[in-house]
Amino acid sequence: MQDGSSPANNVNREFVAFRVGDQEFCIDIMGVREIRGWTQATPLPHAPPYVRGVINLRGAVLPIVDLAMRFGLGLTEPTPRSVIIVVQVHQQVIGLLVDAVSDILTVSEAAMQPTPDIASGLAKTFVKGVYPVDGRMISIVALDCVLPISEKAAA
Amino acid sequence: MTQTILTVDDSRTMRDMLRMALAEAGYNVLQAEDGVHGLEVLQTATPDVIVTDINMPKMDGFGLIEAVRKDSRYRRVPILVLTTESDAAKKLRAKEAGATGWIVKPFEPTKLIAAIRRVAA
Amino acid sequence: MTVDTMAAIRQTFFQECEEQLSEMETGLLAMDEGNADSETVNAVFRAVHSIKGGAGAFKLTALVQFAHTFETALDHVRSGKLAPTADVMKPMLRAADVLADLVEASRDGRDIDESSYAAVAAEVKALTAANEEEDVEEVIDFQPSVIAFEMPAIATEPEAPPLHEYLIRFVPRPELYANGNEAALIIRELSRLGSIEVSCDATAVPDLEAIEAEGAYLTWDIKLSSQEPIEAVREVFEFVDGEAEINIETDGQPGVSDADIAALLAKALGGSSASEAEAPAAEIPDAGFKAAVPQSELQANTPAEPVAAPEPAPQAAQATETPKAAAVPAQTTIRVEFDRVDRLINLVGELVINQAMLSQRVVEANLAGSSSIVIGLEELEQLTREIQESVMAIRAQPVKPLFQRMSRIVREVADATGKEVRLKTEGEATEVDKTVVERLAEPLTHMIRNAVDHGIESPEARIAAGKPPEGTIRLSAAHRSGRIVIEISDDGAGIDRPKVRASAIKKGLISPDVQLSDNDIDNLLFLPGFSTAATISSISGRGVGMDVVKRSIVALGGRIAISSRPGQGSTFSMSLPLTLAVLDGMAVSVAGQTLVVPLTAIVETLKPKKAELHGLGKDGRVMSIRNTFVPLIDVGTQLGFRDTPADPENSVAILVETDGGTRNALLVDSIQDQRQVVIKSLETNYGTVAGIAAATILGDGRVALILDVDALLTSSFDNLRSDDLRYGTGG
Repeated sequence: MQDGSSPANNVNREFVAFRVGDQEFCIDIMGVREIRGWTQATPLPHAPPYVRGVINLRGAVLPIVDLAMRFGLGLTEPTPRSVIIVVQVHQQVIGLLVDAVSDILTVSEAAMQPTPDIASGLAKTFVKGVYPVDGRMISIVALDCVLPISEKAAA
Repeated sequence: MTQTILTVDDSRTMRDMLRMALAEAGYNVLQAEDGVHGLEVLQTATPDVIVTDINMPKMDGFGLIEAVRKDSRYRRVPILVLTTESDAAKKLRAKEAGATGWIVKPFEPTKLIAAIRRVAA
Repeated sequence: MTVDTMAAIRQTFFQECEEQLSEMETGLLAMDEGNADSETVNAVFRAVHSIKGGAGAFKLTALVQFAHTFETALDHVRSGKLAPTADVMKPMLRAADVLADLVEASRDGRDIDESSYAAVAAEVKALTAANEEEDVEEVIDFQPSVIAFEMPAIATEPEAPPLHEYLIRFVPRPELYANGNEAALIIRELSRLGSIEVSCDATAVPDLEAIEAEGAYLTWDIKLSSQEPIEAVREVFEFVDGEAEINIETDGQPGVSDADIAALLAKALGGSSASEAEAPAAEIPDAGFKAAVPQSELQANTPAEPVAAPEPAPQAAQATETPKAAAVPAQTTIRVEFDRVDRLINLVGELVINQAMLSQRVVEANLAGSSSIVIGLEELEQLTREIQESVMAIRAQPVKPLFQRMSRIVREVADATGKEVRLKTEGEATEVDKTVVERLAEPLTHMIRNAVDHGIESPEARIAAGKPPEGTIRLSAAHRSGRIVIEISDDGAGIDRPKVRASAIKKGLISPDVQLSDNDIDNLLFLPGFSTAATISSISGRGVGMDVVKRSIVALGGRIAISSRPGQGSTFSMSLPLTLAVLDGMAVSVAGQTLVVPLTAIVETLKPKKAELHGLGKDGRVMSIRNTFVPLIDVGTQLGFRDTPADPENSVAILVETDGGTRNALLVDSIQDQRQVVIKSLETNYGTVAGIAAATILGDGRVALILDVDALLTSSFDNLRSDDLRYGTGG
């Protein structure tokens, strides 16, 4: 994913940073609706392996995407400490299963670096850029790509 | 003392417009949706003026005027008819039926109020 | 009036227009069928009249003009001057369509090109042309006409209005009082024009014994000093002209009294009838000096400056509040915004779920069945169910408006294709949830267009086939076993099976040597990419095929089936849920999951016994139920919840039936219970899942999936078809 070429600006944005396995990622806080603990999901027939199923979020049906699986890092073993980040992507509300939430970051856009060019499906598809924070590398997730827009759009 | 106007029209739009114009001018407004309904309302209160449409189901404007003029309790209540055309044939018909005056639709609020003032004590 | 209230009333107006248009359509159709009783015709007249009236208030000139033309023709019908024959009804029905279009355009703020409906307008005008002269004559009989003779003091407004001295003699006659007018009030109005001196001549008043209570004996002489022109003075007497003797002298010049007018009238009538017919209405109603205005010319000149009607703002969606009823007897209906009802329905849905969860917790707490809590909960459950049913009923709407739209579409397509088609409807009052009605419109439209375009033959072909030249399409709706069944059937040529089959082969949809029953061939129409039209007609083609229609219906939780008889016609049959919100279902366990099977699909439940089970082919299994062999479907493996098939003897078989009548047995682990569930969409946040209709939330807060039985059957079918196994499908 390319970093949009914009003049260096000091607009600050807030991100929610979280851990998947031992890698760190973040997403724009604007898209985050809430953060909750893990509950057993009802599996969906013939769903892709990274869709763990659906849960009940105050009366609405919420699909849960296992980010580790999605990123090709293997299936998550949910523990009571696992976290579901509820995000809104366009018209859909989905839940992202991650290992833990680490931080709320405030970073300026100028600090964003383009994704390192390595041969990795994860990097190319899901990462928009990276932030260096306190010596850590936090990859920015492109939410659009996480849940493929399903047949709905095709119809 | 606030005067009361009874508006009778089967069109909700028209009733709303009449109510707005009259209420703004300080009148108390009663409403009915056809002649039969109008007579029912008359049982509960005697308005200072009746403003009625002509074309209505169940009992039209002429029927209402006739019924009102026959009833000794309110036969002198001034009645203005709402007419969409200003041709004299319609006006004469209204007069013959006992109408006091008329208002041309679509009405301007000022003309409506002026007509009412002309007939209401 | 403020901008807001005008905007609100404008919204009311357009809502009312919808109702009026519907009334009008119903009435016109009845008239077209020959059921034109006077009440029907009056209702149609009033509907158009109402629309015209409101349109005038909002200055929608094109709409007013057309409505006026239409109204005039209707007036002629209701007064008996024009008979509603087929030749008359045809342009009237077209006019109805034009009116509907104009209303819509006005509502959206669009302009409609006049030339697009000029032909219809002309046709309608022509209907009344024969009677036009009559009207003009009638009017002249009653009326003093505008005559261009010298009128003193009728001048255009001078720069600085001079002060006029008016001497007014006003002699009311008894009729004046009988009609509710009051001399005193009129004089009061005069006083508003300037300064007045009033003297009353009571010499005509008889002695007390001779006085008639209703008599009029007073003569008023009024001196009025005013800057207003004489028209303003006359206007005060506008209502009583004809009920009193009114003589106005202006600045010493004698006025024209009634007697003089009569003389002038006689003189003028001699020569100028033709010219007056064209004179438009004067701006200010001038008592006694009005033009004879023929009806057709009228509303172009609506009275002048609107004092307080600013252009209504473009419709903000939710500005209105429910109009409060002014102090009158309670009405039988109230208007409520959809949003409020939706919210209520959602909340009630939550209530149901919560109550179920509460019940579950109580069960888990192992309280004695007789404890007051348990009993209280049962009552709560009952109450909740009743609330839910009542709330769902609020949103239920009759399908009538939808059917009426179809009526128009039939007219349009028939016209465009040169066919004669009549639409007959049944069960218009059948009610279904608003959500279903809305989503039915498109597929229904498409099927109706198809029926006219492809189903019904041309009049010549029909005659050649011994049929009446006019084709009939029957559209019906009815409630059946908890669902709504809608049928579209035509008496056309039926499905051309050889052509359909050939086309399918050509498109590679089926292989040339496969055996297909008649019903199978009919169902080929539902395959994606199918169209038999030689040219994709612009009427029904548009690249939208029956497969899209089927998908829409299925997405609604419905089913569609087709049956056809060559030479006699085809019938499309749809069965839809009554609401998209709740469902009666049977909760079952499959591979550790809870699924819900819609009750309407279930015929019975059985415990399979070894002797009843038979294998067929590689994986196929069949169960014998009272001597019929029924395919067995392992739900667990079908949905991918397990790899190895379940053991039928340790399972429960649920016999289900599709709308087409085919039966299958679903194999599940066990049955939990029967319950009503609130339907939650999977589509919103996820998408469609094969074999799953929707989801629901159980008492324990977990999500359970609702089976789409038809899809499950089809998908299992497809799997088997690929294995080249076939079951008799019946049909």
